[in-house]
Amino acid sequence: MSRTIVIDPVTRLEGHGKITLKLDDAGIVQDAMFHVTQLRGFEKFCEGRPFYEMPNITARICGICPVSHLVASSKACDAILAVQIPPVAANLRKVLNLAQLVQSHALSFFYLSSPDLLLGMDAPPEERSILHLAHSHPSIAADGVALRQFGQRIIEIMAGKRIHPGWTIPGGVNEPLSAEKRDRILGMIPLAVAAIQRTLGWFRKEIEKFSAEIEVFANFPTLFMGLIDDRGLAEYYNGALRVIDSEGNIIAGELDPAHYASFLGEEVEPFTYMKFPYYKPLGYPGGAYRVGPLARLNLAGRCDTPLADAEWREFRATSARPLLSSFHYHQARLIEMLHATEKIEALLADKGILDKHVRAIASVNNSEGVGVAEAPRGTLIHHYKVDENGLIRWVNLVIATGHNNAAMNRGILQAARHYVQGEHIAEGMLNRVEAVVRTFDPCLSCSTHAMGQMPLTVELRAPDGSLVREVRRG
Amino acid sequence: MTDRKTLATVWLDGCSGCHMSLLDMDERLIELSSQFVLLYSPLVDRKTFPERVDVTLVEGAVASEEDLKKIRRIREHTGVLVSLGDCALTGNVSAMRNTCGPQPVLLRVYQENVDLKQHVPTVGVPALLDRVRPVHEVVPVDVFVPGCPPSADTIYQVLSELLAGRVPTLGGVAHFG
Ligand code: SF4
Repeated sequence: MSRTIVIDPVTRLEGHGKITLKLDDAGIVQDAMFHVTQLRGFEKFCEGRPFYEMPNITARICGICPVSHLVASSKACDAILAVQIPPVAANLRKVLNLAQLVQSHALSFFYLSSPDLLLGMDAPPEERSILHLAHSHPSIAADGVALRQFGQRIIEIMAGKRIHPGWTIPGGVNEPLSAEKRDRILGMIPLAVAAIQRTLGWFRKEIEKFSAEIEVFANFPTLFMGLIDDRGLAEYYNGALRVIDSEGNIIAGELDPAHYASFLGEEVEPFTYMKFPYYKPLGYPGGAYRVGPLARLNLAGRCDTPLADAEWREFRATSARPLLSSFHYHQARLIEMLHATEKIEALLADKGILDKHVRAIASVNNSEGVGVAEAPRGTLIHHYKVDENGLIRWVNLVIATGHNNAAMNRGILQAARHYVQGEHIAEGMLNRVEAVVRTFDPCLSCSTHAMGQMPLTVELRAPDGSLVREVRRG
Repeated sequence: MTDRKTLATVWLDGCSGCHMSLLDMDERLIELSSQFVLLYSPLVDRKTFPERVDVTLVEGAVASEEDLKKIRRIREHTGVLVSLGDCALTGNVSAMRNTCGPQPVLLRVYQENVDLKQHVPTVGVPALLDRVRPVHEVVPVDVFVPGCPPSADTIYQVLSELLAGRVPTLGGVAHFG
């Protein structure tokens, strides 16, 4: 008898989504759908607002990575002003963006995924939370709290507020960095580096237990996309977009992010408010790609800081070609945290970081602007058109999580086919299906912001579609 | 154990920022957690809202059919309902959609700014309400905590007071924005 399984809501996820699995008469999963069930509409309701409000309005897309939106939006506004912002302003924005990356990765790794990694996918659901880990694994939980706090405190010190700060503005930033603030941040770095290294230490051992999951957690060929600098190394603020295939061949080396619309398309499916971007030259779904930590470490020549490079080399040496299983997003996230922390230190060590000239002033000089940055979850694109007074006429946002939509849906199907079988569906099987989604760390707040309230239901349906039996999980 | 208060946190139409500010209590959250059981939240794995919860913190405005169903059920099963943050209190950024209503939003996102298969999703996704509304317009709210987001200090104070069985007073502590 065919069945439909609904996992609703997917928990320990940033935003709420739900999953529908369709099983055939033989109990084999035939189809999987990841529903993102909310749409907020920034692309429309920002029309008519002055463009310089956009950084602060669009930061409210997401309280997890508001700085990424601030940065991408400010860059789109810089393009409307047609200014080259002072170098120190760019570097200050970079520090803020990297601090954002650290805190967001810490949230994903420790608060959301580490219960699965430390307690196992089959642990009792009521134990799978950071609050439980605070008792069962206190030192690891403490590192997680400290690392998220590290990133958030840098944002607070520089921009005045941890969530939704206003400091990044069109043309630069609104206040120079003081030596005192710089020193406070530099003083926090050694402890953060030590905590990340400790985490990498235990994770490398722990990962051996997950060989089965690695096999089926979205483990398939796709393209990968992300920013690189002019040396081909990992970059988060400037640079060109690179696309590689699953063999590691560079199929597009230096795409200009401002022209994203010429090489990225978007498709719509009826079952989700999240769209499906694809690489246009290969069409849909052949042009499906992944972004974010794993993509960036797969496609960059290396990181460019000593400790992160050592980790990167070891990570990449495990495979002759790009790492294809999304399970590896976890380790990639840790390596990126190390990279970001080292980079913050290097940027702050430069004397020029205290320069007082932090803002370029101009009025509207272009009717259109694109701003691109690497958010924690991948490439984030803001695109605005304005009238001669600088009022917004049109907005398009391509959100980091969205790029991974096709791969997430396929990954759910792959894992569900492997784990969800037979008459008795165990809770741990379904947790694994959710855990695949967690590897991508999708930020549904960003990608439209999803939610759901219904319980998990398993429905047994007769061939005519009528409901025979319904089982609920509370 | 049994005298620990039960707590839930939910998000409706918001940005998760209020939840992030809750996490910004950092070690104070862990410390406080000995005084409550977090029964239902995006941070834990329970899928249905429990029969009875002492305190529920709600982030976000009411923007879809699902939000509406959800908040009514939550109200019914909650002792003290807390509106957390400006979206829950006033609609805030979420309610900016009210200037045009949901239809133009859907058309822009799924018809105009799309390359393939232009259509508005309808399968397994809830309909958007005509108007985004603050929580207290839909169900009675017991405690209002303004801020976008309310600071971690404010949330700490609110939670500590509620866990001690007192109604928090926020005069001079919390403000909008
Ligand atoms: S009040 Fe502010 S921080 Fe809270 S959900 Fe709304 S926009 Fe986000």
